[in-house]
Amino acid sequence: MSLLTLPKPDEAILGRRDEIIRQLRKLAPNATLITDQEGRRTFETDAFTAYRCMPLAVVLPESTEEVSAILRYCHYNKVKVVPRGAGTSLSGGALPLEDSLVLGITRMTRVLAIDEANRVARVETGITNIAITKAAAVHGFFYAPDPSSQLACTLGGNIATNSGGAHCLKYGVTTNNLLAVRMVMMNGEVIDIGGDYLDAPGYDFLGLVVGSEGQFGVVTEATVRLLKAPEGSRPMLLGFDSSEAAGACVAGIIAAGIVPVAIEFMDKPAIQVCENFAGAGYPLDVEALLIVEVEGSRDEIDALLDTIAEIAERYRPRVVRVSKSAEESASIWKGRKAAFGAIGQISDYYCMDGVIPLSKLPEALTEVGEICRRHRFRVVNIFHAGDGNLHPLILYNANDHAELERAEMCGAEILKLCVKLGGCLTGEHGVGIEKRELMRVQYTAADIAQQMRVKGVFDPDWLLNPAKVFPLEGRERQ
Amino acid sequence: MTGNLRLGFRAPNTLREISDLVAEAANTKIPLEVRGRGSKYEVGRYIQSGSVVSTEHLVGISLYEPTERVMTAAAGTPLDDIRNILAEHGQQLAFEPIDLGPALGTHTGQSSIGGVFATNLSGSRRIQVGAARDHLLGVTCVNGWGEAFKSGGRVMKNVTGYDLCKAVAGSWGTLAVVTEVTMKVLPQAAETRTLLCFGLPDQTAVDVMTLCLGTPFEVSGTVHLQAPLAAKLSDHDVAKGSAAVTAIRIENFPSSARYRIGKLKDRLAAYSPSVELDNARSRIFWEEIRTLRAFASSNRPLWRISTTPSRAAKLVAVIARTLDIRVAYDWSGGLIWLEAPATTDAGTVEIRRAIAEYGGHATLIRAERGTRASVDVFQPLEASLAALTTRLKAAFDPAGILNPGRMYPGV
Repeated sequence: MSLLTLPKPDEAILGRRDEIIRQLRKLAPNATLITDQEGRRTFETDAFTAYRCMPLAVVLPESTEEVSAILRYCHYNKVKVVPRGAGTSLSGGALPLEDSLVLGITRMTRVLAIDEANRVARVETGITNIAITKAAAVHGFFYAPDPSSQLACTLGGNIATNSGGAHCLKYGVTTNNLLAVRMVMMNGEVIDIGGDYLDAPGYDFLGLVVGSEGQFGVVTEATVRLLKAPEGSRPMLLGFDSSEAAGACVAGIIAAGIVPVAIEFMDKPAIQVCENFAGAGYPLDVEALLIVEVEGSRDEIDALLDTIAEIAERYRPRVVRVSKSAEESASIWKGRKAAFGAIGQISDYYCMDGVIPLSKLPEALTEVGEICRRHRFRVVNIFHAGDGNLHPLILYNANDHAELERAEMCGAEILKLCVKLGGCLTGEHGVGIEKRELMRVQYTAADIAQQMRVKGVFDPDWLLNPAKVFPLEGRERQ
Repeated sequence: MTGNLRLGFRAPNTLREISDLVAEAANTKIPLEVRGRGSKYEVGRYIQSGSVVSTEHLVGISLYEPTERVMTAAAGTPLDDIRNILAEHGQQLAFEPIDLGPALGTHTGQSSIGGVFATNLSGSRRIQVGAARDHLLGVTCVNGWGEAFKSGGRVMKNVTGYDLCKAVAGSWGTLAVVTEVTMKVLPQAAETRTLLCFGLPDQTAVDVMTLCLGTPFEVSGTVHLQAPLAAKLSDHDVAKGSAAVTAIRIENFPSSARYRIGKLKDRLAAYSPSVELDNARSRIFWEEIRTLRAFASSNRPLWRISTTPSRAAKLVAVIARTLDIRVAYDWSGGLIWLEAPATTDAGTVEIRRAIAEYGGHATLIRAERGTRASVDVFQPLEASLAALTTRLKAAFDPAGILNPGRMYPGV
């Protein structure tokens, strides 16, 4: 695979930049409009930093009406629009094009309603993921999906990529926790899908919009399900001499009818880095570490963790340690949630997001190691084991162009391996620009064609978040 | 197989044959009625088609990995076969697919697994674990061109491309013929226990159910049946009471189930939760809820209404002012099963008017064919959603040959 290419910008649009900016200012006078070089630079990439591109302009509207006016104008003037949340995409989902307008939702952050009786919250989608839980916590509720970037990422971005998180093993991902959206379509039309009740009528447009990577519309408001916080929760650490044993233990736990709230996996290099960062007391002499968390009353937690420890004994763990205090639990999770950041402090990394069937875990880890060795990279593995959602981090030097290209080739091999083992290219980060060309590995031409027809239902001119998700060549043919 | 589509019923043995059949129908513009095992044939708008394509010969489980919580089955595989195999491994379809058979005047156990997902009909546990659509990991389908395509896969998390499983789930065969489904399966709880309160008025019952869902005890079922419906259940304490019954379900490991039900009992003391069903009685009770026993052996029109729980009792009260109705609430009030009097419009005017005021949507599950031809069976859509619906249909089935009109005219 060569480095990804961006489509050639439309010279006519570039030539009309001043006029477009003037019109936007008139149409959305309250919106923040960023047109200067330095201001736009903040938006030229997202958390997939290998690619950068300066957009025409950036607009940060503060209402659905403004979003509608902007999109309607862009629709009639054939200006491409790249919707953006907090820009934490790891797949280049918010990467601009030179002839595109970036439309950010981060000024729309209000909590519109917390409805205790019906256990829902209605919010504007620029709100951060964590802020929803904070607003609900007053009433003893929480919003379940918890991506690692939850301090920064927006609900709008979560909806676009169907974000998961460590606790989705029990509570599901974004699509399972969303009841309604208000979405502005590319032609400016505002539609409401769903309500504060379960299962919207007719076709499941809500389900289609979730995970559509900003290509169907700009979601400005959403109603999410809230859950009552459990009586308590506590993690335990299980250390093993091999990832095979750890993987078998995960299967053993699930076979016993237990679905913990989270089962996270770290390999030896990951443990070391996270321990240095968080001082969580992770054991350093094991090859693989599981963080298993359960919820309930104190007695229930004791009983469940005892059962899990008994199951784990079958796989000869080197370490079995239950958190003894709230502080210890917090530091165990701090280490895990800060893992990517901690690794980022020692090296640039390229984060994979493939999913495999759980039974293939040992095979997958062995082959991932082999692939990275062949490409002369160090790899750190840290992931959601209960779901088989792998996050191999390929450590490389981002300033070395050749090395970046090699890292991409290495990553593509890993993702092809995931598909070969019966899994998929991405479990929660999205296809974005990054995995666009790999779609053919997982899907046939007919599969992709059917998805592209659905894109056309929402945005017939393909102006929203272009050059993402689908192989560029196929898109141009469409 | 040229030109013989009008011969009527076809139940192909392979995906390829279904593709060929649909492609031929598309070329000749002959509408096809798409069926699984036909258990929900009498639901929906009446389709005028002499040709049926059924997936009932596509049977078998090609993948079942209990430790990965995943199963793949051909669309025509009987739901009961799947439930039995899962039960042997202590697992289940957690969304508790409801069985319309008894309510439609036939038997339980007639559904195909493809039909379960194509109609997205979920049972009482939906409030805890999500709907059928939330458990559909992957599909293989044939679209209206006769092309086979797949979406999703067999792993638990997958955001590779758009989630077309969601489009197919609940589309009643109007977008594609589902030929294979891959689903998430979950462990059955070791113990089920149920608390019963008797004689509560609807609004109080909804308050009780809401209160329970606002606890941290992971309540997995909340139903309230008005007295005439409660009387149809078999549990002796329920049937003998000639009173409305409100039931709260806990499922967990035995010690946890007992602990949690005890906690709930304390919280509900003011409502006198006088009976606690043990594991065996609980299972029978909830199986009767799943199979709509309370609505069996009746011909009165039956509506399924999804609404906001806190407004449910008011919505029902408004309808009850003008119609003689019997009601059961599920999902703490978020789902209403409503038996209406057998008028020519099945109570459509009053029910749709109440929905417009209180929010939600209503589907006419049981009614005479004539009624279903003359009233909207599914909730009429607001204009912009109706336009999207037409466009989505065209993106899957441009010739409009798959179950045309089953959900909406022209779709």
